[in-house]
Amino acid sequence: MTPSRALPEFVLALGDDSLVLGQRLSEWCGKAPFLEEDIAIANVALDYLGRAEKFYRYVSELEGGRRSVDEIAFLRDSRAYRNLLIFELPVGDFARTMARQFMVDAFHLPYLRRLSRSADARIGAIAAEAVKESRYHLKRSREWVLCLGGGTRESRGRIQRAFDALWGYGPEMFEMDRHEKALIESGVSVDRSALKAKWQASMTDLLAQAGLKVPDREWSIAGGRDGVHTEHHGYLLAEMQYMQRAYPGLAW
Amino acid sequence: MTEYRLSDGELEAAFQQRVDEERKIEPKDWMPEAYRKNLIRQISQHAHSEVIGMQPEGNWITRAPTLKRKMILLAKVQDEAGHGLYLYGAAETLGVTREEMIQALHEGRAKYASIFNYPTLTWADVGVIGWLVDSAAIVNQISLQRTSYGPYSRAMIRICKEESFHQRQGFEMLMPLASGSPEQKAMAQDAMDRWWWPTLMMFGPHDSDSMHSAKSMQWKIKRRSNDELRQDFVDQTVPQAEYLDLAIPDPDLKWNEERGHYDFGEIDWDEFWAVVSGDGLCNRERLDRHGEAHREGEWVREAMRAYEEKRQST
Ligand SMILES: [Fe+2]
Ligand SMILES: [Fe+2]
Repeated sequence: MTPSRALPEFVLALGDDSLVLGQRLSEWCGKAPFLEEDIAIANVALDYLGRAEKFYRYVSELEGGRRSVDEIAFLRDSRAYRNLLIFELPVGDFARTMARQFMVDAFHLPYLRRLSRSADARIGAIAAEAVKESRYHLKRSREWVLCLGGGTRESRGRIQRAFDALWGYGPEMFEMDRHEKALIESGVSVDRSALKAKWQASMTDLLAQAGLKVPDREWSIAGGRDGVHTEHHGYLLAEMQYMQRAYPGLAW
Repeated sequence: MTEYRLSDGELEAAFQQRVDEERKIEPKDWMPEAYRKNLIRQISQHAHSEVIGMQPEGNWITRAPTLKRKMILLAKVQDEAGHGLYLYGAAETLGVTREEMIQALHEGRAKYASIFNYPTLTWADVGVIGWLVDSAAIVNQISLQRTSYGPYSRAMIRICKEESFHQRQGFEMLMPLASGSPEQKAMAQDAMDRWWWPTLMMFGPHDSDSMHSAKSMQWKIKRRSNDELRQDFVDQTVPQAEYLDLAIPDPDLKWNEERGHYDFGEIDWDEFWAVVSGDGLCNRERLDRHGEAHREGEWVREAMRAYEEKRQST
């Protein structure tokens, strides 16, 4: 694998992670439990959509402008999207959304901190911006897990079921495809596997603090980086790509 | 020392004088009960409009055609949620809770702007709402910046700034359609055809038929009449439509040199009253959807209260 191909593939995957979660979170707009939360979730969604835009812009430049940002975002089929599965899962109820958010925030903050020191200045700059956002995201999702875990019987049941259902999508965040691996040595990418133990510890800590059980059986499901997605992915794309597919080649 | 107590008549006279002198009424000031009720009605209706208004535009967030448009739209709808918050906050200073206002909405005792009972069928509708509906809202809200109740006036000043931003974005969103392919132009014109008259209806009945107007004007809750505001809107919008090369669906629309204003045709008042009284295309769905989200959120709000209580007690 030549590094020149590895770099855009790596950046593309980061963009896909951001786009797909941003799209999911934007589904909450107008449906949150109260107005302040509509605003807060929209903020997080906007952060992810903004990251997607920055990563795709870099991909577009690395490709010499062969595809525009929106062609990259909207004109690929499911198999060509490289987002991790955890980002594409449906929002579910508020507990499901917040459990996922805590899992990804607790990964993103340390990951992006390291990535902000990437040998690739452009990636480093995008990651440095994103660190600030993820710090706020994590503060929020952490607080929500504690609140739902410590709230009522119902909220505890819901957040526990959410973690049970999502648990096995966590490990994929620490796997790397060949493109990402190829970029570790040069310091462009970060060795994700080195972050796993700390992440697991922070999950265990918070779940204990929230009075929740860590799922006792470890399981993991992966496939996103190879374009092998859940069945939800196609519907997400169908909705998101509707305009670009129905009216090809127009400017909006 | 003798304490002198003012009679209700004297209090009311002092209140009216304060209003006439353009001094703002603040939450702690004495105010006639009818003034307070009238304000709660108007401000809560305004708040509900911001919140219900999130639905028609929110309908396109997941389908926006480009990343940039998606972010602009999401941020816009988010702003509307913020407007709802400021306004609920202003109404709360009058001794009513957000929960009570939401309940009144669900029970049909409180209204929201009828414009949001029309469906957003195409992407162009999102642009036209930003341009026309936010414009109409601005025309109304600029006059409300001078409303007599302090918290409402301040909320309007804050909100107006963001609405002008929305209006420009809506207009800017329509530009590529107006100068785009025949399909895009047709999409924009179709949206214009469907939204023009409902937007004019936003200003309410003719002054002669408006039931809340007289007292609201005396108390300076309302500063300008429905018909005056509607005329302002038409006058400022016609040149913008010309710029976008969009036809206004009104054969009677023409410049009146003598009046210095555009003349325009008569609103279909049967449609207006049908939608106001609940029979628009989306009335039931808008309320259902709001109620559903609110009920689905109940367990979360309950968890928050329970968690807060536990934290206080430890
Ligand atoms: Fe607004
Ligand atoms: Fe607005």
